Amino acid sequence: MGGFDFSNHTRNAALMAAGMPAPKATSTGTTIVGCLFDGGVVIAADTRATSGSIVADKNCEKLHYISPQIWCAGAGTAADTEFTTAIVSSNLELHALSTGRKPRVVTCMTMLKQHLFKYQGHIGAYLVVAGCDPTGSHLYTVHAHGSTDRLPYVTMGSGSLAAMSVFETQWKKGLDREAAVKLCSEAILSGIFNDLGSGSNVDVCVITPDKATLMRNYITPNVRAPKELQYKFEKGTTAVLQEKLISKDELRRYITVTELDAQGDSSLTTDVMQVDA
Amino acid sequence: MASSYMLPYAQQAPPSYAHPTEASQPRQHHWSPYTENGGVILGIAGKDYVILAGDTRSSEGYNINTRTARKVFSVGSGLILGVVGMSADGEELARKVTRKIDDYKRNHDKHITVSAAAVMLSRILYQKRFFPYYCQPLLGGLDENGVGAIYTYDYVGSFEREQSRAFGSAAALITPFLDNQINLKNQFVPGSNGEQPKQAGDLPRATVEKIVKDAFTSAVERQIEVGDGLQLVTITRAPPRTEEEADDDDWTGAAISVELSPLKKD
Amino acid sequence: MNQFPHGWGRPRDDVYGAYDASYLNSTEPVTHTQRPIVTGTSVLGVKFKDGVIIAADNIASYGSLARYDNVERLLQVGTHTVIGAGGDISDMQYLHLLLDNLLIREQYPADDHHLYAPQVHTYLSRVLYQRRNKFDPLWNSILTAGADPKTSEPFLSYVDLRGTTFSAPALATGFGAHLAVPILRRYVPDDAAAEALTQEDAEKLVEECMKVLWYRDARSGVTYSWAVIKKDGVETGNKKIENQSWKFAEMIKGYGAQNI
Repeated sequence: MGGFDFSNHTRNAALMAAGMPAPKATSTGTTIVGCLFDGGVVIAADTRATSGSIVADKNCEKLHYISPQIWCAGAGTAADTEFTTAIVSSNLELHALSTGRKPRVVTCMTMLKQHLFKYQGHIGAYLVVAGCDPTGSHLYTVHAHGSTDRLPYVTMGSGSLAAMSVFETQWKKGLDREAAVKLCSEAILSGIFNDLGSGSNVDVCVITPDKATLMRNYITPNVRAPKELQYKFEKGTTAVLQEKLISKDELRRYITVTELDAQGDSSLTTDVMQVDA
Repeated sequence: MASSYMLPYAQQAPPSYAHPTEASQPRQHHWSPYTENGGVILGIAGKDYVILAGDTRSSEGYNINTRTARKVFSVGSGLILGVVGMSADGEELARKVTRKIDDYKRNHDKHITVSAAAVMLSRILYQKRFFPYYCQPLLGGLDENGVGAIYTYDYVGSFEREQSRAFGSAAALITPFLDNQINLKNQFVPGSNGEQPKQAGDLPRATVEKIVKDAFTSAVERQIEVGDGLQLVTITRAPPRTEEEADDDDWTGAAISVELSPLKKD
Repeated sequence: MNQFPHGWGRPRDDVYGAYDASYLNSTEPVTHTQRPIVTGTSVLGVKFKDGVIIAADNIASYGSLARYDNVERLLQVGTHTVIGAGGDISDMQYLHLLLDNLLIREQYPADDHHLYAPQVHTYLSRVLYQRRNKFDPLWNSILTAGADPKTSEPFLSYVDLRGTTFSAPALATGFGAHLAVPILRRYVPDDAAAEALTQEDAEKLVEECMKVLWYRDARSGVTYSWAVIKKDGVETGNKKIENQSWKFAEMIKGYGAQNI
């Protein structure tokens, strides 16, 4: 049997009533958006994950894979968006296999809403579902309580109003791909700079009938300023109380040692991932 | 663990051992006179200078009120006051201190010393013991010997003189950095085999300014309420008095300068 | 006779019952704290090259009911100041009374002292902060807009029910802080941008923001009042939101699988 384990529920309710704070989940207090265009659909997200007012992850991924041509942007509790999209992704794959057809966006949306409705909002996943299937390009929002909406442009998360202000002033009917990508990234930037829950970079995913293109870190407007000083500590600053040397050869008796490239320096680059249909 | 007096009472939830009965109880709308506007301030005292810096973001919830709010104020007689927490209370406190320092000068015909002003600020805070100012103040100035002094307070007036201190929403991020870089805590002289701890000495002002800037750019990375701009206020010893200044009542021996620089805005 | 001096000259307890002192010291502390009843929504303000523009719609809501659609939420104070208030309408009208009285007390044309926007804003912030200190807040968020008659320096500041104050080249209260401020900041991120903004562009910008609020703020209205304050005084007017676009609605069919 799958599903959740509720055996600690009563205990936890009593603990919380006695004043113990509830454990803090990482939330993606987020800006996510989506927009249809002639020939496909775009979704975009910022990359900040927060725990209270602390930034938990400066460059997290909020665009989740569902199927090759269905992608999902998630806001709310990070774990819930992660697991909900993962389980629907699995079930949709099985569904596609058993029907022998390409998965449809409505199917995905329906599976998500039925799953979330069952849990009456306790699964804090707020999603933007987008994709292309044999019936066309589709864009939906799914709220944690299970309600859905179908619109040509949508926003969600704590930055949804900031992002919506961009759509409401600049959206036009019949956008092309380039304009839709630009509009979505502008909307995310509006969230990044006006909403404290959103920040760092812009991720974009463009889905067309033939392929999906994930553009990770499409815009990086918040590169850290270089530090004024170098913080290196002279050897011996920390007292050495005991010393024991283990040679590499000695280690090889217990584990496999692989030689790595000395360069551990990786810088931010726009990496483009192609997912073929 | 913060003692109960560290928080305004309106913010404390009474302990309850009953099971939650949310639905059965009528909900009374409770209004809090307090709000939190975020931000961080940082003060460092040197042998002949004081640096007090703050970010310029004012926020409420997930909203940015303005990107250009100042948290460090000149309060007269060559003294500066940094406030962080609820900006309405902080600004009220700064106004009150400014006026009282002016009163002091009119009554005694001399500038208040930083140590006397420190006691005065403590009294001002304690006067509101049961409806505290929801802000943490840092008072900076040069003492009678021209040595930098930072006085740090809690909400209700407990205070002490310190070398360096960070207050506000990124205080927990900056404090260990100051312990390490200013006070050289838990560091030993290399080669002494853990016998001889490093002694915190007088850091040159240029180095301290760089440490302050790094503290802020780092806090901006990890605290959502910190950002937009950096207001860096420095007090140094004024050059010796000229003949025209000999009778100038406003001459305090301290020179205050303000530097504004940008921080990340996300 | 009663042996106890305590009882002399007092109504007899055995005849009249014990004195009921409960009204003197109730066990509950006095609470003023109310909640807003009839409310106004956002107020917008933007600085431009030689002045400032402020706008607020004419709706007063009673909960989710749009109770009045002809409420004036902007008030001219003196010659070069306009305030706009969101929040409780009765508290706003009380503040109007205070400001009227203040003006009568302080505005003498003969002396060289004037009540301009910075003074009005400081006055309001003191009143609101004092009321929050008494746990009896005036439930408003207020923008004060004005221009200096000599230098034409624009002034724009915010104050709310806790006495929190701040300034920026573009400000909005209530829902506008979420929806309009991001739009305004795109065009007027800082004072330099405000100094470069023409009056025409500022007016267009406010129109655009009021339209977005009309689309998305369920407590907003289609008509609004505006005021432009410049060196030579105040100009006011009313507007209706025009050129609305509901094009997106054409392609919507249901919320899910529906196709017809």
